[in-house]
Amino acid sequence: MRYLPLTAENRAEMLGVIGADTVDDLFTDVPEAARLKGPIEGLPLHASELAVERHMTRLAAKNLSAGAAPFFLGAGAYRHHVPASVDHLIQRGEFLTAYTPYQPEIAQGTLQVLFEFQTQVARLFGTDIANASLYDGSTACWEAIAMAGRITRRKKAVLSGALHPHYVATIKTMAKFTGDEIADAQPTVAPEPDEAGLIGRIDDATAAVVVQYPDILGRIGNLQTIAEAAHAKGALLIAVVTEPVALGLIEAPGKLGADIVVGEGQSLGVGLNFGGPYLGLFGCREKFVRQMPGRLCGETVDAQGKRSFVLTLSTREQHIRREKATSNICTNSGLCALAFSIHMTLLGGTGLARLAKTNHLRARQLADRLSGIPGIALVNSTYFNEFCVKLPTDAREVVRALADRGILGGVSLGRLYPDYEAIHGGLLVTATETTTTEDIEALAGALEDILAGEAA
Amino acid sequence: MTRYFTDEHEWIDVDGDVGTVGITDYAQSQLGDITFVELPGAGDQLKKGDAPCVVESVKAASDVYAPISGEVTEANAALEDEPELVNSAPESDGWLFKVKMSDASELDGMMDEAKYKDFVSSL
Repeated sequence: MRYLPLTAENRAEMLGVIGADTVDDLFTDVPEAARLKGPIEGLPLHASELAVERHMTRLAAKNLSAGAAPFFLGAGAYRHHVPASVDHLIQRGEFLTAYTPYQPEIAQGTLQVLFEFQTQVARLFGTDIANASLYDGSTACWEAIAMAGRITRRKKAVLSGALHPHYVATIKTMAKFTGDEIADAQPTVAPEPDEAGLIGRIDDATAAVVVQYPDILGRIGNLQTIAEAAHAKGALLIAVVTEPVALGLIEAPGKLGADIVVGEGQSLGVGLNFGGPYLGLFGCREKFVRQMPGRLCGETVDAQGKRSFVLTLSTREQHIRREKATSNICTNSGLCALAFSIHMTLLGGTGLARLAKTNHLRARQLADRLSGIPGIALVNSTYFNEFCVKLPTDAREVVRALADRGILGGVSLGRLYPDYEAIHGGLLVTATETTTTEDIEALAGALEDILAGEAA
Repeated sequence: MTRYFTDEHEWIDVDGDVGTVGITDYAQSQLGDITFVELPGAGDQLKKGDAPCVVESVKAASDVYAPISGEVTEANAALEDEPELVNSAPESDGWLFKVKMSDASELDGMMDEAKYKDFVSSL
């Protein structure tokens, strides 16, 4: 059969069925003022493929990609080396084109991947169980708060002042519609997180205490103390991990008393992707499994006694009980979970530990170099691969000046906390295994120049 | 003590102003092996027709509707570790929750055991 484009008769016939006279009638809902009249200014009506390709390539060349410059950005999204085999394997048709595995009999490979993924996340987090992934770290964090509310039958979450402000914003957005009380706190730029202050805010109405680990400034706090204080008041401790590679070197939150551990899986296998898609990780104690959002894949045997996999728990998901779903994030970030799982498998336990060690060593090298620069002071007393330095001036200006020199020099606290002017001298800098000595020299040299210029 | 039945297959035993609620033997046999019961908490306020309780079996997750309005005074804690009691003793040890009834007239029109048997045999 030939492909035939839409004829005027076809169009008239379809419009007749709908009961419209013209195609424009289909857009009467769009206000007149919002409608485009005539072609888009400056855009030709048509162009050849070659011309479009060249034009787009020229536009793309204006971007400065993470891999093309000394790169020190973190704050919840980290640049790591992703082995080429990860991308190759996730593009196999069996994985790439499969949607969420509702039909276990035809999706055994996908289900097995999810089973392995859950096992890896649970081991990484030190939790009894983990689910088959959520949308991203911030929404996973909200899901954990909602879950703690169901378990404790309370409606208040106490947030650490060192929780990523974008996570706080996500939580507040969701809580607006559920009526949960969210008690957050001002950020403090100090060598240690304000644990006593956080503990002091936990009361008998608290369902969950939410602590980031390492926190937004990269500090590694004492989860155990906070867990004990939370449990003493009948509240749960939720630990948030935005940099899972850290857990190759520091103790898993689940082993330190956290009841629910959530995180962002972007660091492993997923890549920066201009901010998404990312990957929500979620683990908890086994006794809470029935209150866990999302889905959980289990191992069983089929009628012939062969090892097989099924979705065992998904009664809070919309394909089972839409009206009772606790999570509307049903799009399992399956492909990102697969990428995470392949990367983790390639690393293995020893490889992850080695990767983490390399990250930390690079960060120490960076911290040593930067704190030797006049006017720069290292804030943290602990860190993994990210830390905060204080500059004598607004860090946003310095970040811009660095970008002008082709260096992506960090995330300024002014960008993260526009309302807290007192901390606008703070700059978050991150080093990973991709950071070279030359990168560190480039940043340090440029900072010396820029700050000397400021002082002059 | 009087026992009433609903057409949603709940039973309620009434003793003074307290009603004890469970699901019927017919309901548990339709659900199959019960793996989890999500119970209401003491102090929860119920309106007749609310779904304060969920019974999950290997086949499905089913709401249990409140046959009567009132305040939950107790949930059957034994079901947390032994949800299978709902299968083995649905109309005795496998009870779900107790309610301090706020309007006993809501019992009017519910079935007695004989009527419920007729109802089930007609399904």
